[in-house]
Amino acid sequence: MLDRIAKAQHTIEEACERLGRQITIMEVCGTHTVSIFRSGIRSTLPERLKLLSGPGCPVCVTDQGYIDTVLELADRDDCIIATYGDMIRVPGSDGSLEARASGGNVKVVLSSEDALQLARDNPGKTVVFIAVGFETTAPASAVAVREAAHERITNLCILSGHKLVLPAMRALLDGMNDRVDGFLCPGHVSTIIGWGAFAEIVNDYHRPCVVAGFEPVQIIEGLAEICRELAAGKPELKSVYGAVVTERGNTAAQQIVAECFEPVDGYWRGLGKIGKSTLALRERYSQFDAFRRFGLEDRPGKENRGCRCGEVLCGLIEPVECPLFGTQCTIDKPVGPCMVSSEGTCAAWFKYGRRK
Amino acid sequence: MCLAVPARIVELEGDRAIVDAMGNRWKAKTTLLPDAKLGDVVLVHAGFAIALVDEEEARKTWELFAEIEDFEKTSNKVSG
Amino acid sequence: MATNPQRILLAHGGGGRLSSQLIREHILPQFTNDTLSELTDAAHLRLPSSDICFTTDSYVVKPLFFRGGDIGKLAVCGTVNDLAVSGARPLALSLALIIEEGFELEFLDRILHSASETAQRNHVTVVTGDTKTVEHGSADGIFINTAGIGVRLPDVNLGLDKVEIGDRILLSGTIGDHGMTIVSQREGIGFESPLESDCAGLAELTIALFETVPGIRFMRDPTRGGLAATLNEIVEGSRRSVEINERAVRVRPAVQAAADVLGFDVLNAANEGKFVAVVSPDAARQCLEICRGHPLGREADIIGEIVQTRDVPLVEMTTKIGGRRIVQMPYGRELPRIC
Repeated sequence: MLDRIAKAQHTIEEACERLGRQITIMEVCGTHTVSIFRSGIRSTLPERLKLLSGPGCPVCVTDQGYIDTVLELADRDDCIIATYGDMIRVPGSDGSLEARASGGNVKVVLSSEDALQLARDNPGKTVVFIAVGFETTAPASAVAVREAAHERITNLCILSGHKLVLPAMRALLDGMNDRVDGFLCPGHVSTIIGWGAFAEIVNDYHRPCVVAGFEPVQIIEGLAEICRELAAGKPELKSVYGAVVTERGNTAAQQIVAECFEPVDGYWRGLGKIGKSTLALRERYSQFDAFRRFGLEDRPGKENRGCRCGEVLCGLIEPVECPLFGTQCTIDKPVGPCMVSSEGTCAAWFKYGRRK
Repeated sequence: MCLAVPARIVELEGDRAIVDAMGNRWKAKTTLLPDAKLGDVVLVHAGFAIALVDEEEARKTWELFAEIEDFEKTSNKVSG
Repeated sequence: MATNPQRILLAHGGGGRLSSQLIREHILPQFTNDTLSELTDAAHLRLPSSDICFTTDSYVVKPLFFRGGDIGKLAVCGTVNDLAVSGARPLALSLALIIEEGFELEFLDRILHSASETAQRNHVTVVTGDTKTVEHGSADGIFINTAGIGVRLPDVNLGLDKVEIGDRILLSGTIGDHGMTIVSQREGIGFESPLESDCAGLAELTIALFETVPGIRFMRDPTRGGLAATLNEIVEGSRRSVEINERAVRVRPAVQAAADVLGFDVLNAANEGKFVAVVSPDAARQCLEICRGHPLGREADIIGEIVQTRDVPLVEMTTKIGGRRIVQMPYGRELPRIC
């Protein structure tokens, strides 16, 4: 492994030399951000190569309005909130799920199947599954909805906050941040959508896109390939994650998602409203839609005062440039989701980097 | 963009599987991989197998996977 | 009313007939020694020295029974280890139980037996104790507190103020075994696993070290918060910085795999049979030899050293790929990570 890393590092250095200017590569995926920090990759890269974190942490890009909606539901006596662990500490306008967990109606689950089981075990309550995540996680929600329909379960609903990566990348390049030279593309989202899905970014925006996994060797080899392409002046679409990613992806999963969900306009923290970027349950499964069941709207909320998560998510500032970072906003008392989520950029900087 | 690990299917009934990673075993569903078979190595995420793992590529990708053969030969007992 | 109940009743903690019965039939038989049998309000001890170490810990682990041990074994080892890493020879323990009404006596017997066996194996005597019962729902089965007394070994001079630049950091074995075993077994996660807690009493090994090698500056067992917490405590207390090498920190593949699946960092996972020691460079080799010659230290290694602080005292790690990153003090509670 070490020689492969050395070889890739050499490629990166050479490319940076040849280009003679700063290169900015964005890793779209929060898990990449964390892995990059934890394995110490940053410290091995040349000065000229700047890594930016993008809108790749599903909890972080979830708009404040959605968070507040979750908290409203958690305050209801007739609901059990089933959520992935990451959402628990995200601060809404008025506290977090963690603060409400002592009421006993907030349960951390590892799978949508657990939420389904909760519904079976608690017929007197409505289980609301907080379905947050990108394309990797949406299929799991779809399966749960289909199974609930099959079993005629009436007390399970999904508050869908599933988001799509490509519309966000386009929105970024169209407006918020066009300084990105190349993208390290999310490995596990790609197992579902296929590496071929990123072709439009290469074709329309002429940026190299390389799909990589999360082991340090994967990331470094992915970065090396991007640098090589930039130096050669030929942006291409590649994948170094052949172990699990194919060009077309997981078509069975795509079908199940398409059956249950449709892309609608949605609000993203930092990026604003993006067309056809969020998944909503289709009409035929509307009985499982928490928005409809409780008469809720997917509305934008107001970020907590001083919070600059939005800019961090677009790669416009680094966490250390946020005045709250490390002082008023820490892991113990977070102001925004980027500090709370285990894939949040600010959390990664806080946990693994020097503070200021 | 999410935590997913490679694991081998050691039991399979319909779409309900038991998967194994370094001896750790847990339940997963193969609903999203209808062609998955007993013995396949799959990528597991949020309780679901989401992709088939090419074992040859896997050895080049995951350090732990490369050690899997050594692990299977030696004992995993705590000493003392 | 049954005279031989199978479960704990509130009256078992009431100080009356049932309390006596519980003590005589379930507790005393496990811990036969003269001091305890007297059942006085306080144990009278004659200690070989007045230089004593005294510690206490409460045990609320869940699940109560796990691969590699149970709350009884843990309650003894944990307190023995606090004494051991303080440079003391553990001698006596108190054992206080808070039991939930309805708790099965069979479980109590198993736990007491485990505690007793562990005490014997670690050459400590349970000399005094207490039993209380609380209403159903007020305790999670059983909570245990142990307090321990040990006699300080001669020539032991421990303290974070003694730590010097160049001192080596020794880790006695693999990390994450206990923490990942507990998490994976906890209700609701549904794992079957070859993981085993490393719960063990370290006194025999630590005494061998203290009696043989001068130059041990500091020792601690990395329990809650794991290795990361202990290293940060060293930094905080000494105001020096620490550098460690990820490749030198040993983790069993099954433990790493479990951590990957559940989204935990093994650096933050609890250990119940390991210690971290800061030793002078001259002492390092001999300490390693002694450790590796003992069943509980076979995988001991020097994982890093104390270095000059650059800007702020920190724990910095050279990663497996040769990069560098900071190891921060972990947040209080790690949750299962998914996405």
